[in-house]
Amino acid sequence: MIRAFWLILALLAAGTASAQNLRIGLREDPDILDPTLSRTYVGRIVYMSLCDKLFDINERLEVVPQLATGFTWEDPRTLRIALRDGVTFHDGERMDAAAVVYSLNRHMTMQGSFRRSEISEIEALEVVDPLTVRIRLKNPSAAFIAQLTDRAGMIVSPRAAEALGRNFGTRPVCAGPFRFVERVAQERIVVERFEQYWDRANIHFQRVTYLPIPDNNVRLANLQSNAIEFGERMEPDDVRTAQRSRNLRVVPVEEIGYQGITINLGRGPGGSNGLARDARIRRAFELAIDRAAVNQVVYEGMYTPTRQPLPPANPFHARDFAPPGRDVAAARALLREAGVTAPITVEMIVPNNPDLRQVGEVIQAMVREAGFELRLRAMEYASALQAASRGEYETFLTGWSGRTDPDGNMFTFMRTGAGQNDGNYSNPEVDRRLDAARTEMDVERRIQLYAEIMRIAVAEDVSRVYLWHRKNIMIHSTRLTGYSPVPDGLVRLRGMRLQ
Amino acid sequence: MLRWLARRFAQIIPTLIVLSVMIFGLQQLMPGDPAMILAGEERGDPVVLAQIRAELRLDRSLPEQYLHWIGNVLVGDFGFSWRIREPVANLILQKLPVTFQLSAMAFIIAVLIGVPAGILSATRRDRPADWIANGIALFGISMPNFWLGIMMILLFSVELGWLPPSGYVPLTEDFWQSIATTIMPAFVLGTGVASVLMRHTRAAMLGALAQDYVRTARAKGVVERVVVWKHALRNALIPVVTLGTIEFGRLLAGAVLTEQIFTIPGFGKLIVDAVFNRDYPVVQGVVLATALIFVTLSLIADLLYMAVNPRMRQA
Repeated sequence: MIRAFWLILALLAAGTASAQNLRIGLREDPDILDPTLSRTYVGRIVYMSLCDKLFDINERLEVVPQLATGFTWEDPRTLRIALRDGVTFHDGERMDAAAVVYSLNRHMTMQGSFRRSEISEIEALEVVDPLTVRIRLKNPSAAFIAQLTDRAGMIVSPRAAEALGRNFGTRPVCAGPFRFVERVAQERIVVERFEQYWDRANIHFQRVTYLPIPDNNVRLANLQSNAIEFGERMEPDDVRTAQRSRNLRVVPVEEIGYQGITINLGRGPGGSNGLARDARIRRAFELAIDRAAVNQVVYEGMYTPTRQPLPPANPFHARDFAPPGRDVAAARALLREAGVTAPITVEMIVPNNPDLRQVGEVIQAMVREAGFELRLRAMEYASALQAASRGEYETFLTGWSGRTDPDGNMFTFMRTGAGQNDGNYSNPEVDRRLDAARTEMDVERRIQLYAEIMRIAVAEDVSRVYLWHRKNIMIHSTRLTGYSPVPDGLVRLRGMRLQ
Repeated sequence: MLRWLARRFAQIIPTLIVLSVMIFGLQQLMPGDPAMILAGEERGDPVVLAQIRAELRLDRSLPEQYLHWIGNVLVGDFGFSWRIREPVANLILQKLPVTFQLSAMAFIIAVLIGVPAGILSATRRDRPADWIANGIALFGISMPNFWLGIMMILLFSVELGWLPPSGYVPLTEDFWQSIATTIMPAFVLGTGVASVLMRHTRAAMLGALAQDYVRTARAKGVVERVVVWKHALRNALIPVVTLGTIEFGRLLAGAVLTEQIFTIPGFGKLIVDAVFNRDYPVVQGVVLATALIFVTLSLIADLLYMAVNPRMRQA
């Protein structure tokens, strides 16, 4: 009888100890949870629990196996991927080569797929055996593997995808450590542990709830009052408050993207502005800006000033390419050399956020001393995007969330006519190197190509003024252990647990 | 009475038609291409943009888009959210009770504070109680909701740890937890209305107390309590009831900001997020539903008049 009592007590204790429920406060409400159709950054944070990918990246941005166990290049255009044995989807179906081919085909052909352009290099897919896939590319591509570390590499259950069609995102079925339980729009997304997960031993939470809490103050208040255990993308202002609190820990992680000023060099009505005329005027504009000072004033010095799209953590980051110091005299001399008379009037679109408006105002004051009359136009994001793509802007203070492969931070913004080259920048020398770097398999040679691109496009042409790499500031409860930050800012739940 | 009701309903239909055109038309004036917003960072692929436009009928003419939408609405199909692919009708049904609960609680708080304060202030005119009530009312009207909201979160959640800082629990899931999650937002939302109700109750009461019948009642020797509560208040309440129903409608709309602060997944938050994401079907569905609620509320106000004022029943 007494033994039974102790047994029950022990079971109860074990029950509470293993009742590991994690609550994560998200900065936005994710869009549809279908790896083929989704496109928000915040959605990728949720996928970390739901959908495993063929490959993942680690803290040093290296490609590591996940659903795949490895890959080899049979020739520069043929990739052979070996798959992990014994992996099942949340619906009990087996994850095998046929499922991988199905998922990649779905990404490529489904109407409205946002993955199409990421893996457009694929020419043919082939099931070699149940655990081996062969991918044939149209051209050699050094950037291809990196695409398989994100949504394009997520493998969905073919049976569930067929059954749900375009509504797959309302009940996603993948092979991640957690399976989908429910979603109430704008309120919560709940997932629970998948007991047949291939790496089950490293998953310690029973249930994870994602709560979109867009207001930064309120997200912090939730952390302070233990209503959530983890808050992602917190603000630099919150850091000091969080550091004062004994039950919170601040983890700043440098992002893989950047923030900068896009300059319209000849697109639409805004293309004939004062900066578009001459690279010397643009260089003068850049020299008038003190990145470190803006960073100090607006972001408490938390960010990393830069002159390039690749952060220091990226292996392709160009060395010896530090941002120039502020030099108003040199800026004025350049303007005289270019034969223009001050003031040069330029307009800058600033997204309507308090911090970015402040950045705009500080830059406005700085460049005025060099002879620029910078007019700020605060715009809500949707309108700003449209203005940018139509060329209805002169300069645009904007950012890019970043991709692990350098190509993802440069090609689409710098290549003549590329999708997001909103400034219409065009230089054949840069184009040639961008194309070459895409297919170059030798890492050293690639590093050199990207360094040359930056020298031409940034130092000589000043096609864009890169300002800084932001930090993904994570704040979590001190009860939470095992969080290992990766520069992409996604929250990987492997190894994390609550004390 | 029946004829009056029939006429009243006949007025509603053209109102709704004009409204639906306005809702659809105004939305088109918003800058920003929905396809591009949907594409977000992946907007670099023109093929995908074209596919989105085709799927969402954004490549059709505006009248065509309108007729397609309104035709579906008439058979009860509000379309689906472009952003998360949920049917709009589901979203409305999911969010409406949340905002309704919040507004109802805010309204109760407003009435409990506003009406007694108004009566007190009218009966103690130009005395300290009147001044204090007026001062508090001014404070209630002028205080920005977001500031009051944040201050309350800091006090009751972070410092004292009494209430959850944000979020929502449905009444059906856990009654007390539901009250705990909505009491702060309801208070924030209710303060403004309480002040308006207080001011109007005060004015109406002062008007009523100056009427001949009140003097007659007093002359007859009726005790002051009965004069105030039975004779004056009943008459004074007519404009307050009208105002109350309109204010309740405004509460539904005013919930927008409060819901944002407290992350209450209600109607207001639904529409704000939909506007920023250019999720047109959600915006249209929510605004149309709100318009319907307003029209219904004004009908209820008319019916309430009749209940309060017997003379109107004969009209």
